[in-house]
Amino acid sequence: MWWRSASFILDRQQEQNAAVPPNPESLLLSSPPPSMADSLQNPKPDISAYYQTRAAHHAVVTSDWLAQAHAAVSIQTDDDDSSVIDGKIAPAAGGRGGDKAFSVIDEFNSWRKQPDLAEAVAAIRALAAVIKASQATTMMELEIELKKASDSLKAWDTTSISLTAGCDLFIRYVTRTSALEYEDFNSARSRLIERAEKFGEISCKARRIIAMLCQDFIFDGCTILVHGFSRVVLEVLRTAAQNKKHFRVFCTEGRPDRTGLRLSNELAKLDVPVKLLIDSAVAYTMDEVDMVLVGADAIVESGGIINMMGTYQIALVSHSMNKPVYVAAESYKFARLYPLDQKDVGPALRTIDFGVPIPSKVEVEKSARDYTPPLYLTLLFTDLGVLTPSVVSDELIQLYL
Amino acid sequence: MDPRRSARTVSDPKVRQVGFFTPAAPPERSCSDPPRQLDPIQSLSPSSAQVNDHSPSVDSVSPVMIPPPPHNNSDTLFRTDLQVTSPKTAFSYSAKTVTLPTENEDVTSSLSPSRKVVTVKSSSSYPCVKASSVPASELTTVSVVNLPPGISEKAGGASVEVLNDRPVSSKSLKEKTSKAERRALQEAQRAAKAAAKAEGTKASSAASKVVTSANTKPSKAAKPSSQKNDGSQVAAFEKKVGDRAPEKDRKKDAPHPRMQYDDTSRVEKAKKRAVVKQTEVRNRVELFRHLPQYEHGTQLPDLETKFFELDPMHPAVYKVGLQYLSGDIWGGNARCIAMFQAFKEAIKDYSTPPEKTLIRDLTARISSYVSFLIECRPLSNSMGNAIKFLKNRIAKLPLVLSESEAKATLMSDVDRFINEKIIIAEKVIVKHAVTKIRDGDVLLTYGASSVVEMILLHAHELGKQFRVVVVDSRPKLEGQLLLRRLVRKGLSCTYTHVNAVSCIMQEVTRVFLGASSVLSNGTVYSRVGTACVAMVAHAFRVPVLVCCEAYKFHERVQLDSICFNELGNPEAISKVHGREDINYLDGFVNQEKLQLLNLVYDATPSDYISMIITDYGMIPPTSVPVIVREYRREHLWS
Repeated sequence: MWWRSASFILDRQQEQNAAVPPNPESLLLSSPPPSMADSLQNPKPDISAYYQTRAAHHAVVTSDWLAQAHAAVSIQTDDDDSSVIDGKIAPAAGGRGGDKAFSVIDEFNSWRKQPDLAEAVAAIRALAAVIKASQATTMMELEIELKKASDSLKAWDTTSISLTAGCDLFIRYVTRTSALEYEDFNSARSRLIERAEKFGEISCKARRIIAMLCQDFIFDGCTILVHGFSRVVLEVLRTAAQNKKHFRVFCTEGRPDRTGLRLSNELAKLDVPVKLLIDSAVAYTMDEVDMVLVGADAIVESGGIINMMGTYQIALVSHSMNKPVYVAAESYKFARLYPLDQKDVGPALRTIDFGVPIPSKVEVEKSARDYTPPLYLTLLFTDLGVLTPSVVSDELIQLYL
Repeated sequence: MDPRRSARTVSDPKVRQVGFFTPAAPPERSCSDPPRQLDPIQSLSPSSAQVNDHSPSVDSVSPVMIPPPPHNNSDTLFRTDLQVTSPKTAFSYSAKTVTLPTENEDVTSSLSPSRKVVTVKSSSSYPCVKASSVPASELTTVSVVNLPPGISEKAGGASVEVLNDRPVSSKSLKEKTSKAERRALQEAQRAAKAAAKAEGTKASSAASKVVTSANTKPSKAAKPSSQKNDGSQVAAFEKKVGDRAPEKDRKKDAPHPRMQYDDTSRVEKAKKRAVVKQTEVRNRVELFRHLPQYEHGTQLPDLETKFFELDPMHPAVYKVGLQYLSGDIWGGNARCIAMFQAFKEAIKDYSTPPEKTLIRDLTARISSYVSFLIECRPLSNSMGNAIKFLKNRIAKLPLVLSESEAKATLMSDVDRFINEKIIIAEKVIVKHAVTKIRDGDVLLTYGASSVVEMILLHAHELGKQFRVVVVDSRPKLEGQLLLRRLVRKGLSCTYTHVNAVSCIMQEVTRVFLGASSVLSNGTVYSRVGTACVAMVAHAFRVPVLVCCEAYKFHERVQLDSICFNELGNPEAISKVHGREDINYLDGFVNQEKLQLLNLVYDATPSDYISMIITDYGMIPPTSVPVIVREYRREHLWS
């Protein structure tokens, strides 16, 4: 049998407990004139805001980060722990909600703080807020305004691919939905907002779909190597554990933000046997491994993925040992990018804590992610179905052309 | 749309018969033929498409195929007409469409030989039909009686009949219409035109005219002349066939690139039609015998003398053909643009001959031009696509347009194609490709691709710091031309021959290649040597970027570069220009044991290609079919 959408797998399972992300407290939309605060600069352009937030979400604390957080706390005494972290990244976010002009970036940052919300979804929600705040009276005006907003968002954090992908996707939706042309402006507007709001839901549903699709691939007694902390991967493993599958997981440590620790923590709660490896022990343990399962920051047009640093080498090792490499990622992570090699993607830098002072002469590779070519990937689990890497480009062409 | 189609159908009764004649046709079928001859009337109605649908299925005998008569007035006209002549034929269309009346049985017994020829004529397009299998009916003889003597005489002379059961391969067909055939065509077309002109009043007057002209068809059949299918007729036929299914259309419309040149009988036939007198090279490499290879340099003077004699060929087309032949126009884009410019000229100077329709005649004209160009040099895939586009535009011309309007539309279409699919496409490709050039890169290119040149120059204009390695090969040495232009613009370049590519590849960071065509399995069909460069680059893990406009994408799949390729002048590799001391092969060229192979293209498997840059963006080679699919849609049905 053949289904157009992979979501059948959800329908088949009658468990429709829609785990909608906690809705935001309030949108705080005083709807002032939409002045895109373009002057608002990313305070630390050399450090990827994307990875900062991820670190915050995962509550993994490096000593360097702690020191900065302490400093931030001393400046502004805020109880909310996430905004403490945020205070360090974007002080502008603190002044939000006052008489300050509406800014997409603030909006985006506030959405981003929700740990369950993907970056792309946050971007789309932020753009929806732009629509709400906008005083445009024609579709064209609105489109231009949205374009501006998305450009400023993209410029704010150029390192985040999912932010870019999310913006592109939404703009694409706005410009491409032909139905919008024919209805009157207000209903078109509300349709767009509704669509944006649905996106959060979709992102959660996507994870469920992927988790269900993956179940066929996780067999009893298998050993899964996992790299980094991915919400989708966690969902997959959680579902497998709930389905009473017997498997064990090898977690890499995931230096420097030690995402593997966090994942192993979560898995231990689920009573899944977990073994923690240091990152350099991947090749050593590969012969025990049955499959590699990773998430992705972005799936690019070639069918390769951009993911946390170290994915490439794991893929290389598993390829040479003929182990399958599976990628679990939502379809909104498909990005119109085509890196030819590692350096082709703009580096997303982050601070790395070595524990000991490093002489200033010594250079440190700070990039947070690498690119894994499609050659080394076996299958991609997405909410569109289980895809081979070459299908990604087909999907993208149909989406964007 | 409909009136145009019908007009076309009117003018060629041949096709109309085809569907109903079968080798093993039961007698009652053949006797139901005469009314079908009159189909032109009926074809004024939208059902013509339906008729066309049936025509290919020669063997199917089912009466369901027979289209019902849509026009009552013509029907009655015909009926009365026939009733005058022969009471036997006084059956109605409706009777025929359902199972045939039994009264027809006796008709079959008295079938006269004149019918036979008509059948054969129809079979000319379908080789399997045997003339003898269908008995002729007496009806036709009767109808002759009915005709004015002048017409019947004319028609008799015009019998278009092809006894040689050569299949209608859409190979290049020279435009050598026999007088008789031409007259037959004109006869039919005149009727068609009359019908079309009398738009309002066509119902009665035109219909009757058509009836008569249609009646002439069967009657004229007396004289069996065994001449070849002429180009225009075949083309017209193709057009008609094209109406029914796009696939068929595509197959037929596309100039058939693959005549197997080791099939001697066919080669002989093709030669007879050829304008360009090519002499075959004697010693061809065993594996490549199916490809055409000619002595170079012999035809040019011959053709030049013919310049003023060849009336059917437009001078502009002729010029382009000569340029292809002499190698003055070489690159894929250049050839395509030159061809289209020539066609544009030809369209501009075109005037529909009396008693012909623009759509059909122009298509035939273009086809003859194309076959002439093929004789000069085999078409590239991109040119095939372009020709398909043009023919499609011609076929889709609304009938209401006047001749000048139609010509203007076509000329603007041609311009639009050149502009959108080639020039703007190149710009878009450049825009995409430049993002892949970083400071400090060493870019390698092979041969001389116009797009790659634009990319390099543009990147240089943007102030990117990079070096270029131009790899070249004998015998064309076109890389030198590129090198010259690059150096003049101030790029730092390295020039080397393909022999050294493995040495130079170490320092290269990107390989940019042009392509003649990209096939749907991702294979890149390009200048010979490209595959070698791509493979070396792959071995060194250097990304290979192929820059190719989407109009060059082709739905064909090719696994090697043997079954479809082009052979260049073997002399080019046996001799080195300007080196008199390298004369080892002097006098050996015509030796029986020596076979020289100068291939023009090769196929690079998609494994060695990292990315294809097209006007639709950067795609992996696995996505070519998607582009081909999407592109076709907008290309053919826009």
